[in-house]
Amino acid sequence: MKALYGLYADPEAAQRAVDSLRAASSELKFDARQILIVSGEPHEGYEFTDSHTTASPYRWAVLGAVVGGTVGYLLTTLSQKSYPLPTGGMSLTPAWTNGIIVYEMIMLGAILTTLVVLLIGAGLPNFKGVITDPEIGTGKILVGVVDPPENSQPELERRLRQAGASQVKQSSAS
Amino acid sequence: MQRTAEQIEHDLLRPLFHSSGKYWIAVALAGSLLLAGVAAFGYQLYTGIGVWGINSPVFWAFDITNFVFWIGISHAGTLISAILRLTNATWRRPVTRCAEAITVFSILIGGIIPLCHIGRPWLAFWMIPYPSERHIWPSFRSPLAWDFFAISTYLTGSTTFLYLPTIPDFAAVRDAATGLRKKIYRVLALGWQGTPRQWQRLEIAMHIMAVVIIPVAVSVHTIVSWDFSMTLVPMWHSSIFGPYFVAGAIFSGIAALILTMALLRKLLQLEEYLRPIHFENLGKLLLTMSLLWFYFTFAERLTAWYGNSPPEMAVFWESIRKQFAPLFWTMVFCNFIIPVPILAIKRLRTITGTAIASFTVVVGMWLERFLIVVPSLEHKFLPYSWGTYRPTWVEDTLMASSFGFMALLYLLFSKFVPMISIWEMKVGLQPHGGFPVVVTGDSKHHGLVLEGPLPRDVAE
Repeated sequence: MKALYGLYADPEAAQRAVDSLRAASSELKFDARQILIVSGEPHEGYEFTDSHTTASPYRWAVLGAVVGGTVGYLLTTLSQKSYPLPTGGMSLTPAWTNGIIVYEMIMLGAILTTLVVLLIGAGLPNFKGVITDPEIGTGKILVGVVDPPENSQPELERRLRQAGASQVKQSSAS
Repeated sequence: MQRTAEQIEHDLLRPLFHSSGKYWIAVALAGSLLLAGVAAFGYQLYTGIGVWGINSPVFWAFDITNFVFWIGISHAGTLISAILRLTNATWRRPVTRCAEAITVFSILIGGIIPLCHIGRPWLAFWMIPYPSERHIWPSFRSPLAWDFFAISTYLTGSTTFLYLPTIPDFAAVRDAATGLRKKIYRVLALGWQGTPRQWQRLEIAMHIMAVVIIPVAVSVHTIVSWDFSMTLVPMWHSSIFGPYFVAGAIFSGIAALILTMALLRKLLQLEEYLRPIHFENLGKLLLTMSLLWFYFTFAERLTAWYGNSPPEMAVFWESIRKQFAPLFWTMVFCNFIIPVPILAIKRLRTITGTAIASFTVVVGMWLERFLIVVPSLEHKFLPYSWGTYRPTWVEDTLMASSFGFMALLYLLFSKFVPMISIWEMKVGLQPHGGFPVVVTGDSKHHGLVLEGPLPRDVAE
């Protein structure tokens, strides 16, 4: 995996570069999904960052909580029936105390689901190699095209510079 | 002086690549304490738990005191960090990771202590519910089984809460490192790149975790309090124990956090990041909790005194006037009389002042846990069963080594992980100070509307 990219000092310039690359994608024969944006910190409020907004992780967390609660309920009630303890006539499956286990399992379900959904949603783990640049650590934003068509590179480089790139580079995944 | 992204990365990665002599001395001291504890535990395993001072009727003493103390300390991090994240308190950025790490390590230590107490730790798996040839099953009515579930959930949640925002910083170390270190951080960073999609998913996950972890943290210490209040022992069977323990846990947790931050800024040269404002803000929180602690202690003792039940009054007077009076009044001095004036007077609420107040609070809260456990067990309902307890050198050593273990884990952690979140500090450099912004108009004309106040330097 190779990429041609520019480094931008501010998110406005990065947004201009993204817009310019998107506009050129059909003309230069690459897919808009090949556009790569990498930064060392999140930049809220820009189209290039907010285009991924989705509420699904919240729904998954709720589903995880429901599953966790169900497991907790089954664990307590089924085991209490399978291994009955002498309770002196009191309830064999007491809702008050079982509720505590169910509560903890609800929370555990939500936590584990959130973790799994994050990893899947963010494409982690990914050990195939990443395209990055030391300049990202200094606050620069990388905008480029992954595996750009050979004959389009001069035009891509021109567009990246026009948007305000301080440097334009070519790099492979490492 | 405003620091640049490059300076932030350089300053916060420096402790991972270079350590001072003071750091290694601290590691050696903490390691020695831990080794002493390992030796004492080995002696206990070889000889039997009779080397402890526990007896009938004081079956719980130092170890349960330490268990409750460390679980209480664990409330520093995740709870404070989650509340500050949810309220978008921008001053939190240098504080959160220090706090979250305290949580994970103190739960680990708190979890190890019951293993020591069971005497035969190799049979600890009997507490886990699984179909076995013994045809026995943990009783879900027992608060000790609730402990197992609550602490496991809290440990899982706190570890996740610590690890998730560390992933981008692992990637930063990966990109700065070479050789074997690069390979290790490559694995730890899970291939993090820093695409908008990854940032967005991470922020949503942290938001969900912050919402979930707060009720878990509250439940954990409530359940620890129920270990006591579900039993019919004088001064234990009280409905106030849940909130009393939670308040005490937050109190001791904040104190531990301030103390740790004060030590870290010196050991890792983080003076530019852990600034007086952080100590002042946490000092105010500590002051609030000190007042709340006094309120709970007074309410609990007043109720017992007014009821005038002979078994409870026996414990009451033992604590206040007799055998445990020196410890009781030391506790009051450490938790209230010393910290309140220091923290209430702005001139004294300095880094040194808050650190001194925090030290006394940590001591006072340990004494509080001891005074909850031992006087009640020594004086149960029937006077013929009364007994006395004196800790042995094995228990003293194990207690001291738990502090050494905590210090060692923390110091080693600071050698492998940036103790201040690099990427969150960089967000603070953004023109809007990291406050959420919304876009008005189409993507070609970004009208940014700020939600929240402008940082002072931007506003000016």
